[in-house]
Amino acid sequence: MAVATEAQFHVLAVDDSLPDRKLIERLLKTSSFQVTTVDSGSKALEFLGLHDHEDSPISVHADQLDVAVNLIITDYCMPGMTGYELLKKIKESSNLRDIPVVIMSSENIPSRINRCLEEGADEFFLKPVRLSDMSKLKPHILKSRCKEHYQQEEHLQSNNSMNPTNENSSSISSSCHKRKAVDGEILLHTIRPRHC
Amino acid sequence: MAAALTNQLHALVNNMFATGLLDDQFQQLQMLQDSSAPDFVSEVVTLFCDDGERIIGELARQLDKPNVDFDRVDSFAHQLKGSSASVGAQQVKNTCIQFREFCQQRSRDGCLKTLDLVRTEFYDLRNKFQVMLQVLPNVLKIHLTLSIEFH
Repeated sequence: MAVATEAQFHVLAVDDSLPDRKLIERLLKTSSFQVTTVDSGSKALEFLGLHDHEDSPISVHADQLDVAVNLIITDYCMPGMTGYELLKKIKESSNLRDIPVVIMSSENIPSRINRCLEEGADEFFLKPVRLSDMSKLKPHILKSRCKEHYQQEEHLQSNNSMNPTNENSSSISSSCHKRKAVDGEILLHTIRPRHC
Repeated sequence: MAAALTNQLHALVNNMFATGLLDDQFQQLQMLQDSSAPDFVSEVVTLFCDDGERIIGELARQLDKPNVDFDRVDSFAHQLKGSSASVGAQQVKNTCIQFREFCQQRSRDGCLKTLDLVRTEFYDLRNKFQVMLQVLPNVLKIHLTLSIEFH
């Protein structure tokens, strides 16, 4: 199997309308994203490894990770769970909250847009979404990766400072090992899928 | 022979733009079709036509009830507005906007009249799409390639 020189980012697209799903899928693929589409918020959460009826998210360990999602793009108006409700559930989850979320809506309602942005949405697209909108996605993915890397670095540094004496050398070497691993890995948010 | 068909198709599509049946979102769809997705336009249009027919059926069903649930009617009109906007079906989209206004007003008469209008417009559009996609599919691909080159 050929190894890709550059990993493709994976976008999860959520929309209850079939023609719209077809369109967003094509827009994303044309822009070199790997795409998964689902038709509801609850299916999105299922794909992300989160049940919407549970209070606490499933804790996921690195060795169980199969599927990476780098960005979620969702329609606002959907029956059952709206895009806004989906956004809230994602932001409430410690595993998922750093995944950038983009909301799409056919209606230009400033209060709606503000509410979504305040809840943590990274971007709001007015439908119909166009090819030119796709270029706005990658910066959000890269920004969240940088943030995650920075948070991991901070965590490693605070571990170091907790062992100031003769354990220093071993803790430094172990954190260096961790740092190497972090640099070597692609920093993706990886979640165990529940559909298989 | 091919040239005559191309001209006819060209005239049909131009006419659809000129009369406001289609807007530039349809050109966006054309731009997304290429060798890796050679049937993209026909696939999206087909999905829109199937979805539209389903929604119009629901609208008729809802408006036939003795007590009309205008919120439900509105949500179907909103769905059709959304999918028509996505494929560039401008005329149908605008009629859906009118439809939603009558829903806001809780006007059954207004909704019924607009349903008739949207049904007529939708089927007219669907017929034209079918000509484009079924009668002249290969010509459509040539036309799309040519129109992209000329724009």
